[in-house]
Amino acid sequence: MRAGQRFYLREVLSGLVLTGHHFFANMGQHIAHAFGRTDARGAVTIQYPEERRPMSPRLRSLHRLVRREDGSPRCVACMMCETVCPARCIYIVADEHPNPEIEKMPSRFDIDLGKCVFCGFCVEACPEDAIRMDTGILEFSSYSRLGMIYTKEMLLALEPAGPDGVPRSPVPIPADRVV
Amino acid sequence: MTATLADFGIVFGRVFFVMMFILNLGGLLTWVERKQSAIMQDRIGANRASILGFRALGLFHPIADAIKMLTKEDFLPARADRFLFQLAPFVSVFFGLVAFASIPFGDTLRVGDRVIPLQAVTLNVGVLYVFAMLSLGVYGVMMAGWSSANNYALLGGQRAAALMITAEIAIGASIMGVVMWYGSLSLQEIARAQGGLLFGWIPKWGIVTQPLAFILFLTAGIAATKRIPFDMPEGESEIIGYFVEYSGMKFGMFAMADFLETVVIAGLTTSLFLGGWQVPYLYETGVRFPWGSTIGLPHLLVALLQIGAFSLKVVVMIFIMMLIRWTLPRFRYDQAMRLGWLGLFPLSILNIVLTGAVLLAWGGHP
Repeated sequence: MRAGQRFYLREVLSGLVLTGHHFFANMGQHIAHAFGRTDARGAVTIQYPEERRPMSPRLRSLHRLVRREDGSPRCVACMMCETVCPARCIYIVADEHPNPEIEKMPSRFDIDLGKCVFCGFCVEACPEDAIRMDTGILEFSSYSRLGMIYTKEMLLALEPAGPDGVPRSPVPIPADRVV
Repeated sequence: MTATLADFGIVFGRVFFVMMFILNLGGLLTWVERKQSAIMQDRIGANRASILGFRALGLFHPIADAIKMLTKEDFLPARADRFLFQLAPFVSVFFGLVAFASIPFGDTLRVGDRVIPLQAVTLNVGVLYVFAMLSLGVYGVMMAGWSSANNYALLGGQRAAALMITAEIAIGASIMGVVMWYGSLSLQEIARAQGGLLFGWIPKWGIVTQPLAFILFLTAGIAATKRIPFDMPEGESEIIGYFVEYSGMKFGMFAMADFLETVVIAGLTTSLFLGGWQVPYLYETGVRFPWGSTIGLPHLLVALLQIGAFSLKVVVMIFIMMLIRWTLPRFRYDQAMRLGWLGLFPLSILNIVLTGAVLLAWGGHP
Protein backbone atom coordinates (compact mmCIF):
# COMPACT_ATOMS: atom_id res chain seq x y z
CA MET A 1 0.00 0.00 0.00
CA ARG A 2 1.19 3.48 -0.77
CA ALA A 3 1.50 5.95 2.08
CA GLY A 4 -1.37 7.99 0.66
CA GLN A 5 -3.65 4.98 0.71
CA ARG A 6 -2.60 4.05 4.22
CA PHE A 7 -3.70 7.47 5.41
CA TYR A 8 -7.16 6.54 4.08
CA LEU A 9 -8.73 9.98 4.37
CA ARG A 10 -7.94 11.02 0.81
CA GLU A 11 -9.46 7.82 -0.54
CA VAL A 12 -12.56 8.38 1.58
CA LEU A 13 -12.91 11.87 0.17
CA SER A 14 -12.53 10.71 -3.43
CA GLY A 15 -15.19 8.05 -2.80
CA LEU A 16 -17.52 10.64 -1.30
CA VAL A 17 -16.97 12.93 -4.27
CA LEU A 18 -17.88 10.06 -6.62
CA THR A 19 -21.10 9.07 -4.83
CA GLY A 20 -21.97 12.69 -4.15
CA HIS A 21 -21.58 13.49 -7.84
CA HIS A 22 -23.95 10.62 -8.68
CA PHE A 23 -26.44 11.90 -6.11
CA PHE A 24 -26.55 15.48 -7.34
CA ALA A 25 -26.46 14.58 -11.05
CA ASN A 26 -29.34 12.13 -10.61
CA MET A 27 -31.21 14.58 -8.39
CA GLY A 28 -30.96 17.20 -11.13
CA GLN A 29 -32.38 14.74 -13.65
CA HIS A 30 -35.25 13.85 -11.29
CA ILE A 31 -36.09 17.53 -10.75
CA ALA A 32 -35.97 18.21 -14.49
CA HIS A 33 -38.29 15.23 -14.97
CA ALA A 34 -40.70 16.60 -12.38
CA PHE A 35 -40.82 19.91 -14.28
CA GLY A 36 -41.90 18.22 -17.49
CA ARG A 37 -38.65 17.16 -19.16
CA THR A 38 -39.76 13.59 -19.85
CA ASP A 39 -36.46 12.67 -21.53
CA ALA A 40 -34.54 13.36 -18.28
CA ARG A 41 -33.92 10.10 -16.45
CA GLY A 42 -32.22 10.05 -13.08
CA ALA A 43 -32.28 6.28 -12.69
CA VAL A 44 -31.83 3.23 -14.86
CA THR A 45 -34.80 1.51 -13.19
CA ILE A 46 -37.54 0.09 -15.43
CA GLN A 47 -40.73 0.22 -13.34
CA TYR A 48 -41.74 -3.26 -14.38
CA PRO A 49 -45.48 -3.84 -14.32
CA GLU A 50 -46.11 -0.41 -15.88
CA GLU A 51 -42.98 -0.24 -18.03
CA ARG A 52 -41.49 -3.20 -19.86
CA ARG A 53 -38.03 -3.71 -21.20
CA PRO A 54 -38.21 -3.87 -25.02
CA MET A 55 -37.88 -7.53 -26.04
CA SER A 56 -35.99 -8.87 -29.03
CA PRO A 57 -38.22 -10.45 -31.70
CA ARG A 58 -36.05 -13.58 -31.35
CA LEU A 59 -37.07 -14.00 -27.72
CA ARG A 60 -38.49 -17.45 -26.94
CA SER A 61 -41.56 -16.80 -24.81
CA LEU A 62 -44.80 -18.70 -24.15
CA HIS A 63 -45.74 -21.12 -26.94
CA ARG A 64 -48.78 -20.71 -29.14
CA LEU A 65 -50.46 -23.01 -31.68
CA VAL A 66 -50.89 -21.44 -35.11
CA ARG A 67 -54.47 -21.53 -36.45
CA ARG A 68 -55.75 -22.29 -39.93
CA GLU A 69 -58.15 -19.83 -41.56
CA ASP A 70 -61.10 -21.71 -40.13
CA GLY A 71 -59.63 -21.50 -36.63
CA SER A 72 -58.60 -25.14 -36.28
CA PRO A 73 -54.99 -25.90 -35.35
CA ARG A 74 -52.46 -26.14 -38.15
CA CYS A 75 -50.88 -29.03 -36.25
CA VAL A 76 -51.19 -32.45 -37.88
CA ALA A 77 -50.17 -34.45 -34.79
CA CYS A 78 -47.01 -35.80 -36.40
CA MET A 79 -45.40 -36.11 -32.94
CA MET A 80 -42.14 -34.47 -34.15
CA CYS A 81 -42.13 -31.91 -31.35
CA GLU A 82 -43.08 -34.47 -28.73
CA THR A 83 -40.20 -36.66 -29.93
CA VAL A 84 -37.58 -33.91 -30.06
CA CYS A 85 -38.53 -32.32 -26.76
CA PRO A 86 -35.60 -32.86 -24.34
CA ALA A 87 -37.77 -32.10 -21.31
CA ARG A 88 -40.62 -34.34 -22.50
CA CYS A 89 -43.16 -31.71 -21.66
CA ILE A 90 -45.44 -32.03 -24.72
CA TYR A 91 -48.33 -34.52 -24.72
CA ILE A 92 -50.24 -35.05 -27.95
CA VAL A 93 -53.27 -37.27 -28.56
CA ALA A 94 -53.88 -37.67 -32.32
CA ASP A 95 -57.30 -37.88 -33.93
CA GLU A 96 -58.85 -38.13 -37.42
CA HIS A 97 -59.38 -34.82 -39.15
CA PRO A 98 -62.92 -34.35 -40.63
CA ASN A 99 -61.33 -33.04 -43.84
CA PRO A 100 -60.11 -36.11 -45.83
CA GLU A 101 -57.26 -34.04 -47.37
CA ILE A 102 -55.72 -33.55 -43.94
CA GLU A 103 -54.52 -36.70 -42.36
CA LYS A 104 -54.60 -36.04 -38.62
CA MET A 105 -55.21 -33.38 -35.98
CA PRO A 106 -54.49 -33.26 -32.25
CA SER A 107 -57.46 -33.89 -30.01
CA ARG A 108 -55.27 -32.96 -27.08
CA PHE A 109 -52.10 -30.84 -27.14
CA ASP A 110 -50.80 -30.13 -23.63
CA ILE A 111 -47.54 -28.42 -22.71
CA ASP A 112 -46.34 -28.77 -19.13
CA LEU A 113 -44.58 -25.45 -18.57
CA GLY A 114 -43.29 -26.70 -15.27
CA LYS A 115 -41.00 -28.99 -17.25
CA CYS A 116 -40.37 -26.91 -20.38
CA VAL A 117 -36.81 -25.62 -20.72
CA PHE A 118 -37.63 -23.13 -23.53
CA CYS A 119 -35.03 -24.60 -25.89
CA GLY A 120 -37.22 -23.96 -28.94
CA PHE A 121 -36.55 -27.40 -30.48
CA CYS A 122 -40.30 -27.97 -30.94
CA VAL A 123 -40.53 -24.83 -33.07
CA GLU A 124 -37.57 -25.94 -35.20
CA ALA A 125 -38.81 -29.52 -35.54
CA CYS A 126 -42.34 -28.65 -36.65
CA PRO A 127 -42.79 -29.36 -40.40
CA GLU A 128 -46.08 -27.45 -40.53
CA ASP A 129 -44.94 -24.26 -38.72
CA ALA A 130 -47.76 -24.99 -36.30
CA ILE A 131 -46.05 -24.12 -33.01
CA ARG A 132 -44.27 -20.87 -32.35
CA MET A 133 -42.78 -19.17 -29.29
CA ASP A 134 -43.46 -15.55 -30.20
CA THR A 135 -46.24 -14.43 -27.84
CA GLY A 136 -43.94 -12.24 -25.75
CA ILE A 137 -45.69 -13.56 -22.64
CA LEU A 138 -43.28 -14.24 -19.79
CA GLU A 139 -45.58 -14.04 -16.78
CA PHE A 140 -47.01 -17.49 -16.24
CA SER A 141 -47.10 -18.82 -12.74
CA SER A 142 -49.30 -21.07 -10.70
CA TYR A 143 -49.80 -22.28 -7.17
CA SER A 144 -49.85 -25.93 -8.27
CA ARG A 145 -48.15 -28.18 -10.80
CA LEU A 146 -51.46 -28.85 -12.51
CA GLY A 147 -51.82 -25.14 -13.13
CA MET A 148 -48.64 -25.15 -15.20
CA ILE A 149 -50.19 -27.44 -17.82
CA TYR A 150 -51.45 -25.37 -20.76
CA THR A 151 -54.05 -27.06 -22.98
CA LYS A 152 -54.72 -26.88 -26.72
CA GLU A 153 -57.53 -24.35 -26.32
CA MET A 154 -55.37 -21.97 -24.25
CA LEU A 155 -52.47 -22.20 -26.69
CA LEU A 156 -54.72 -21.72 -29.73
CA ALA A 157 -56.17 -18.48 -28.34
CA LEU A 158 -52.81 -16.70 -28.19
CA GLU A 159 -51.63 -14.01 -30.63
CA PRO A 160 -48.06 -13.18 -31.65
CA ALA A 161 -46.41 -10.27 -29.86
CA GLY A 162 -46.35 -6.79 -31.35
CA PRO A 163 -43.28 -5.43 -33.16
CA ASP A 164 -41.63 -4.21 -29.92
CA GLY A 165 -42.23 -7.51 -28.17
CA VAL A 166 -45.28 -6.36 -26.21
CA PRO A 167 -47.74 -9.24 -25.85
CA ARG A 168 -51.05 -8.70 -27.65
CA SER A 169 -53.10 -11.40 -25.98
CA PRO A 170 -53.79 -11.60 -22.25
CA VAL A 171 -51.87 -14.03 -20.10
CA PRO A 172 -53.83 -17.29 -20.08
CA ILE A 173 -54.76 -17.88 -16.48
CA PRO A 174 -54.81 -21.51 -15.34
CA ALA A 175 -57.94 -22.68 -13.60
CA ASP A 176 -56.33 -22.84 -10.17
CA ARG A 177 -55.08 -19.25 -10.14
CA VAL A 178 -57.35 -16.78 -8.38
CA VAL A 179 -56.16 -13.49 -9.85
CA MET B 1 -41.08 33.39 42.87
CA THR B 2 -43.63 30.71 42.25
CA ALA B 3 -43.80 28.85 38.98
CA THR B 4 -46.87 29.93 37.07
CA LEU B 5 -48.81 28.03 34.46
CA ALA B 6 -47.02 30.04 31.77
CA ASP B 7 -43.62 28.93 33.07
CA PHE B 8 -44.76 25.36 32.98
CA GLY B 9 -46.10 25.84 29.47
CA ILE B 10 -42.80 27.30 28.28
CA VAL B 11 -40.79 24.38 29.67
CA PHE B 12 -43.27 21.97 28.15
CA GLY B 13 -43.05 23.77 24.81
CA ARG B 14 -39.24 23.60 24.77
CA VAL B 15 -39.22 19.88 25.54
CA PHE B 16 -42.05 19.29 23.07
CA PHE B 17 -40.19 21.08 20.26
CA VAL B 18 -37.01 19.07 20.79
CA MET B 19 -38.97 15.83 21.10
CA MET B 20 -40.90 16.48 17.89
CA PHE B 21 -37.73 17.57 16.10
CA ILE B 22 -35.78 14.43 16.89
CA LEU B 23 -38.68 11.95 16.65
CA ASN B 24 -39.88 13.21 13.28
CA LEU B 25 -36.36 13.48 11.92
CA GLY B 26 -35.54 9.98 13.21
CA GLY B 27 -38.70 8.55 11.65
CA LEU B 28 -38.06 10.30 8.36
CA LEU B 29 -34.52 8.97 8.25
CA THR B 30 -35.75 5.52 7.20
CA TRP B 31 -37.21 7.20 4.13
CA VAL B 32 -34.15 9.40 3.62
CA GLU B 33 -31.86 6.39 3.86
CA ARG B 34 -33.77 4.42 1.23
CA LYS B 35 -34.23 7.33 -1.16
CA GLN B 36 -30.77 8.83 -0.80
CA SER B 37 -29.02 5.51 -1.27
CA ALA B 38 -31.23 4.81 -4.28
CA ILE B 39 -30.44 8.11 -5.96
CA MET B 40 -26.73 7.66 -5.24
CA GLN B 41 -26.86 4.25 -6.90
CA ASP B 42 -28.87 5.31 -9.99
CA ARG B 43 -32.01 3.64 -8.63
CA ILE B 44 -35.44 5.01 -7.71
CA GLY B 45 -36.02 3.55 -4.28
CA ALA B 46 -39.17 2.40 -2.52
CA ASN B 47 -42.14 4.14 -4.14
CA ARG B 48 -45.00 1.64 -4.12
CA ALA B 49 -46.84 2.27 -0.85
CA SER B 50 -49.84 4.41 -1.70
CA ILE B 51 -52.90 5.83 0.02
CA LEU B 52 -55.82 6.27 -2.42
CA GLY B 53 -53.41 6.16 -5.32
CA PHE B 54 -51.10 8.86 -3.93
CA ARG B 55 -47.55 7.63 -3.61
CA ALA B 56 -45.98 10.86 -2.29
CA LEU B 57 -42.43 9.85 -3.33
CA GLY B 58 -42.58 6.77 -1.12
CA LEU B 59 -43.21 8.78 2.05
CA PHE B 60 -45.84 6.27 3.15
CA HIS B 61 -43.27 3.50 3.40
CA PRO B 62 -42.24 4.38 6.97
CA ILE B 63 -45.92 4.16 7.95
CA ALA B 64 -46.29 0.84 6.14
CA ASP B 65 -43.15 -0.42 7.87
CA ALA B 66 -44.47 0.61 11.27
CA ILE B 67 -47.80 -1.14 10.65
CA LYS B 68 -45.98 -4.26 9.51
CA MET B 69 -43.70 -4.29 12.53
CA LEU B 70 -46.53 -3.67 14.99
CA THR B 71 -48.60 -6.54 13.62
CA LYS B 72 -45.78 -9.07 13.50
CA GLU B 73 -45.35 -11.82 16.07
CA ASP B 74 -43.49 -10.64 19.17
CA PHE B 75 -41.12 -13.55 19.52
CA LEU B 76 -39.49 -14.44 22.85
CA PRO B 77 -36.74 -17.08 22.76
CA ALA B 78 -37.33 -19.91 25.21
CA ARG B 79 -34.06 -19.51 27.13
CA ALA B 80 -33.93 -15.72 27.03
CA ASP B 81 -34.07 -13.59 30.15
CA ARG B 82 -37.65 -12.33 29.85
CA PHE B 83 -37.27 -9.04 31.70
CA LEU B 84 -33.96 -7.87 30.24
CA PHE B 85 -34.83 -9.11 26.76
CA GLN B 86 -37.94 -6.95 26.69
CA LEU B 87 -36.33 -3.98 28.42
CA ALA B 88 -33.30 -3.73 26.10
CA PRO B 89 -34.87 -1.99 23.05
CA PHE B 90 -36.58 0.57 25.28
CA VAL B 91 -33.27 1.40 26.97
CA SER B 92 -31.67 1.90 23.56
CA VAL B 93 -34.39 4.23 22.27
CA PHE B 94 -34.78 6.11 25.57
CA PHE B 95 -31.15 7.20 25.78
CA GLY B 96 -31.14 8.08 22.10
CA LEU B 97 -34.12 10.37 22.72
CA VAL B 98 -32.94 12.13 25.87
CA ALA B 99 -29.41 12.73 24.58
CA PHE B 100 -30.63 15.63 22.45
CA ALA B 101 -32.02 17.53 25.44
CA SER B 102 -29.04 19.79 26.14
CA ILE B 103 -28.29 20.67 22.51
CA PRO B 104 -29.35 24.31 21.90
CA PHE B 105 -31.45 24.97 18.80
CA GLY B 106 -31.37 28.75 19.14
CA ASP B 107 -30.23 31.66 21.28
CA THR B 108 -32.65 33.18 23.79
CA LEU B 109 -36.14 34.26 22.78
CA ARG B 110 -37.56 37.39 24.47
CA VAL B 111 -41.34 37.45 24.82
CA GLY B 112 -42.42 40.46 26.91
CA ASP B 113 -40.09 40.46 29.91
CA ARG B 114 -39.47 36.73 29.77
CA VAL B 115 -36.18 35.37 28.45
CA ILE B 116 -36.64 31.83 27.10
CA PRO B 117 -33.49 29.81 26.42
CA LEU B 118 -34.02 27.83 23.22
CA GLN B 119 -32.89 24.42 24.39
CA ALA B 120 -34.81 21.73 26.23
CA VAL B 121 -32.63 21.73 29.34
CA THR B 122 -30.11 24.42 30.25
CA LEU B 123 -27.11 22.53 31.58
CA ASN B 124 -23.70 24.03 32.21
CA VAL B 125 -22.10 20.64 31.52
CA GLY B 126 -24.17 19.88 28.43
CA VAL B 127 -21.32 18.22 26.57
CA LEU B 128 -20.78 15.71 29.35
CA TYR B 129 -24.52 15.05 29.58
CA VAL B 130 -24.79 14.18 25.88
CA PHE B 131 -21.84 11.79 26.09
CA ALA B 132 -23.19 10.20 29.25
CA MET B 133 -26.52 9.51 27.55
CA LEU B 134 -24.88 8.31 24.33
CA SER B 135 -22.69 5.82 26.18
CA LEU B 136 -25.59 4.68 28.37
CA GLY B 137 -27.41 3.81 25.14
CA VAL B 138 -24.96 0.96 24.59
CA TYR B 139 -26.34 -0.76 27.70
CA GLY B 140 -29.49 -1.51 25.74
CA VAL B 141 -27.39 -3.19 23.07
CA MET B 142 -25.35 -5.16 25.60
CA MET B 143 -28.51 -6.23 27.46
CA ALA B 144 -30.02 -7.39 24.18
CA GLY B 145 -26.92 -9.37 23.30
CA TRP B 146 -26.58 -10.99 26.72
CA SER B 147 -30.25 -11.75 27.44
CA SER B 148 -30.97 -13.34 24.05
CA ALA B 149 -29.17 -16.58 25.02
CA ASN B 150 -27.65 -16.66 21.56
CA ASN B 151 -23.93 -16.82 20.85
CA TYR B 152 -24.10 -14.48 17.89
CA ALA B 153 -26.15 -11.94 19.82
CA LEU B 154 -23.63 -12.14 22.66
CA LEU B 155 -20.77 -11.55 20.21
CA GLY B 156 -22.64 -8.54 18.86
CA GLY B 157 -23.23 -7.10 22.30
CA GLN B 158 -19.61 -7.62 23.24
CA ARG B 159 -18.43 -5.90 20.09
CA ALA B 160 -20.84 -3.03 20.73
CA ALA B 161 -19.28 -2.52 24.15
CA ALA B 162 -15.74 -2.59 22.74
CA LEU B 163 -16.67 -0.24 19.91
CA MET B 164 -18.44 2.16 22.26
CA ILE B 165 -15.38 2.43 24.53
CA THR B 166 -13.18 3.04 21.50
CA ALA B 167 -15.52 5.66 20.07
CA GLU B 168 -16.25 7.37 23.38
CA ILE B 169 -12.58 7.84 24.21
CA ALA B 170 -11.87 9.30 20.78
CA ILE B 171 -14.95 11.55 20.99
CA GLY B 172 -14.10 12.73 24.48
CA ALA B 173 -10.47 13.43 23.62
CA SER B 174 -11.26 15.13 20.31
CA ILE B 175 -13.74 17.62 21.75
CA MET B 176 -11.31 18.60 24.49
CA GLY B 177 -9.71 20.89 21.92
CA VAL B 178 -13.05 22.62 21.32
CA VAL B 179 -13.73 22.90 25.04
CA MET B 180 -10.27 24.40 25.62
CA TRP B 181 -10.67 26.86 22.77
CA TYR B 182 -14.11 28.17 23.74
CA GLY B 183 -13.56 27.71 27.46
CA SER B 184 -16.88 26.12 28.40
CA LEU B 185 -18.61 22.78 28.78
CA SER B 186 -22.04 24.28 28.13
CA LEU B 187 -23.18 23.69 24.57
CA GLN B 188 -25.07 27.00 24.60
CA GLU B 189 -21.91 28.88 25.63
CA ILE B 190 -19.87 27.08 22.97
CA ALA B 191 -22.46 27.95 20.30
CA ARG B 192 -22.49 31.59 21.45
CA ALA B 193 -18.68 31.78 21.41
CA GLN B 194 -18.67 30.62 17.79
CA GLY B 195 -20.47 33.82 16.75
CA GLY B 196 -17.29 35.90 16.72
CA LEU B 197 -15.14 36.55 13.67
CA LEU B 198 -11.60 35.45 12.97
CA PHE B 199 -9.37 38.04 11.22
CA GLY B 200 -12.47 40.19 10.90
CA TRP B 201 -14.34 38.09 8.32
CA ILE B 202 -14.15 34.29 8.91
CA PRO B 203 -16.92 33.03 11.24
CA LYS B 204 -15.21 31.54 14.29
CA TRP B 205 -16.85 28.13 13.91
CA GLY B 206 -15.30 25.02 15.41
CA ILE B 207 -14.54 23.58 11.98
CA VAL B 208 -12.28 26.58 11.28
CA THR B 209 -10.53 26.69 14.63
CA GLN B 210 -10.37 22.91 15.20
CA PRO B 211 -10.30 21.19 11.78
CA LEU B 212 -8.45 18.09 13.04
CA ALA B 213 -10.87 17.68 15.93
CA PHE B 214 -13.77 17.93 13.47
CA ILE B 215 -12.52 15.00 11.40
CA LEU B 216 -11.71 12.91 14.47
CA PHE B 217 -15.04 13.71 16.10
CA LEU B 218 -17.03 12.91 12.98
CA THR B 219 -15.25 9.57 12.53
CA ALA B 220 -15.72 8.60 16.17
CA GLY B 221 -19.30 9.89 16.11
CA ILE B 222 -20.17 7.71 13.14
CA ALA B 223 -18.60 4.80 15.03
CA ALA B 224 -20.85 5.63 18.00
CA THR B 225 -23.96 5.30 15.82
CA LYS B 226 -23.04 1.64 15.11
CA ARG B 227 -23.76 2.03 11.41
CA ILE B 228 -21.64 1.07 8.39
CA PRO B 229 -18.63 1.52 8.11
CA PHE B 230 -18.50 0.75 11.85
CA ASP B 231 -21.26 -1.86 12.04
CA MET B 232 -19.35 -4.51 13.99
CA PRO B 233 -22.15 -4.96 16.56
CA GLU B 234 -24.57 -5.76 13.73
CA GLY B 235 -22.28 -7.28 11.14
CA GLU B 236 -25.12 -8.23 8.81
CA SER B 237 -22.76 -10.19 6.62
CA GLU B 238 -21.20 -12.24 9.42
CA ILE B 239 -22.93 -12.45 12.81
CA ILE B 240 -26.28 -10.59 12.35
CA GLY B 241 -25.49 -9.16 15.75
CA TYR B 242 -27.14 -8.24 19.01
CA PHE B 243 -30.69 -8.10 17.64
CA VAL B 244 -30.63 -11.51 15.95
CA GLU B 245 -33.40 -12.83 18.24
CA TYR B 246 -35.63 -9.76 18.01
CA SER B 247 -38.64 -9.44 15.77
CA GLY B 248 -41.42 -6.96 15.09
CA MET B 249 -41.39 -3.51 16.66
CA LYS B 250 -38.63 -4.40 19.15
CA PHE B 251 -36.31 -4.96 16.21
CA GLY B 252 -37.63 -1.73 14.74
CA MET B 253 -36.76 0.10 17.95
CA PHE B 254 -33.10 -0.90 17.62
CA ALA B 255 -33.08 0.45 14.07
CA MET B 256 -34.84 3.57 15.37
CA ALA B 257 -32.20 3.97 18.10
CA ASP B 258 -29.49 3.96 15.41
CA PHE B 259 -31.28 6.73 13.54
CA LEU B 260 -31.82 8.73 16.73
CA GLU B 261 -28.13 8.46 17.51
CA THR B 262 -27.40 9.69 13.99
CA VAL B 263 -29.55 12.76 14.67
CA VAL B 264 -27.85 13.32 18.03
CA ILE B 265 -24.37 13.08 16.53
CA ALA B 266 -25.41 15.43 13.74
CA GLY B 267 -26.81 17.89 16.31
CA LEU B 268 -23.68 17.64 18.41
CA THR B 269 -21.40 18.16 15.41
CA THR B 270 -23.47 21.20 14.48
CA SER B 271 -23.26 22.64 17.98
CA LEU B 272 -19.55 22.05 18.43
CA PHE B 273 -18.12 22.57 14.96
CA LEU B 274 -20.66 24.26 12.68
CA GLY B 275 -21.55 27.19 14.91
CA GLY B 276 -24.77 25.71 16.32
CA TRP B 277 -27.60 28.12 15.58
CA GLN B 278 -25.23 30.86 14.36
CA VAL B 279 -25.83 32.42 10.96
CA PRO B 280 -22.69 34.14 9.64
CA TYR B 281 -22.78 37.91 10.24
CA LEU B 282 -26.23 37.70 11.86
CA TYR B 283 -26.29 39.27 15.32
CA GLU B 284 -29.03 39.91 17.83
CA THR B 285 -30.03 43.18 16.22
CA GLY B 286 -29.61 42.24 12.57
CA VAL B 287 -27.05 41.51 9.88
CA ARG B 288 -23.69 43.27 10.15
CA PHE B 289 -21.38 42.55 7.22
CA PRO B 290 -17.60 42.66 7.64
CA TRP B 291 -17.38 45.62 5.28
CA GLY B 292 -19.51 47.62 7.67
CA SER B 293 -23.02 47.81 6.19
CA THR B 294 -25.85 46.70 8.49
CA ILE B 295 -29.44 45.54 8.06
CA GLY B 296 -31.69 45.77 11.11
CA LEU B 297 -33.97 42.79 11.75
CA PRO B 298 -36.74 42.30 14.35
CA HIS B 299 -35.94 39.99 17.27
CA LEU B 300 -38.48 37.30 16.36
CA LEU B 301 -37.16 37.02 12.79
CA VAL B 302 -33.60 36.68 14.08
CA ALA B 303 -34.69 33.87 16.43
CA LEU B 304 -36.54 32.08 13.62
CA LEU B 305 -33.52 32.44 11.32
CA GLN B 306 -31.32 30.90 14.00
CA ILE B 307 -33.65 27.94 14.55
CA GLY B 308 -33.85 27.48 10.77
CA ALA B 309 -30.07 27.63 10.46
CA PHE B 310 -29.65 25.01 13.17
CA SER B 311 -32.19 22.67 11.52
CA LEU B 312 -30.57 23.14 8.12
CA LYS B 313 -27.10 22.38 9.50
CA VAL B 314 -28.37 19.24 11.23
CA VAL B 315 -30.02 18.06 8.01
CA VAL B 316 -26.84 18.71 6.01
CA MET B 317 -24.78 16.80 8.59
CA ILE B 318 -27.23 13.88 8.39
CA PHE B 319 -26.90 13.97 4.60
CA ILE B 320 -23.12 13.77 4.87
CA MET B 321 -23.31 10.92 7.37
CA MET B 322 -25.70 9.03 5.08
CA LEU B 323 -23.36 9.70 2.17
CA ILE B 324 -20.50 8.18 4.15
CA ARG B 325 -22.65 5.21 5.20
CA TRP B 326 -23.54 4.42 1.58
CA THR B 327 -20.06 5.03 0.19
CA LEU B 328 -17.59 3.23 2.43
CA PRO B 329 -17.23 -0.52 2.85
CA ARG B 330 -17.34 -1.77 6.42
CA PHE B 331 -14.29 -2.16 8.61
CA ARG B 332 -13.28 -5.50 10.01
CA TYR B 333 -13.45 -5.69 13.81
CA ASP B 334 -9.69 -5.51 14.33
CA GLN B 335 -9.36 -2.73 11.75
CA ALA B 336 -11.90 -0.62 13.60
CA MET B 337 -10.14 -1.23 16.91
CA ARG B 338 -6.79 -0.29 15.37
CA LEU B 339 -8.26 2.85 13.82
CA GLY B 340 -9.80 3.85 17.13
CA TRP B 341 -6.88 3.14 19.48
CA LEU B 342 -3.88 3.74 17.22
CA GLY B 343 -5.36 6.37 14.93
CA LEU B 344 -8.09 8.51 16.44
CA PHE B 345 -6.98 8.45 20.07
CA PRO B 346 -3.31 9.54 19.61
CA LEU B 347 -4.37 12.17 17.07
CA SER B 348 -6.91 13.51 19.57
CA ILE B 349 -4.19 13.80 22.21
CA LEU B 350 -1.99 15.53 19.62
CA ASN B 351 -4.85 17.94 18.94
CA ILE B 352 -5.13 18.75 22.64
CA VAL B 353 -1.39 19.45 22.84
CA LEU B 354 -1.47 21.62 19.71
CA THR B 355 -4.49 23.57 20.95
CA GLY B 356 -2.81 24.09 24.31
CA ALA B 357 0.37 25.34 22.60
CA VAL B 358 -1.57 27.76 20.39
CA LEU B 359 -3.59 29.05 23.35
CA LEU B 360 -0.40 29.52 25.35
CA ALA B 361 1.27 31.38 22.50
CA TRP B 362 -1.80 33.56 21.97
CA GLY B 363 -2.18 34.19 25.66
CA GLY B 364 -5.57 32.85 26.72
CA HIS B 365 -8.74 32.48 24.69
CA PRO B 366 -8.52 34.28 21.35
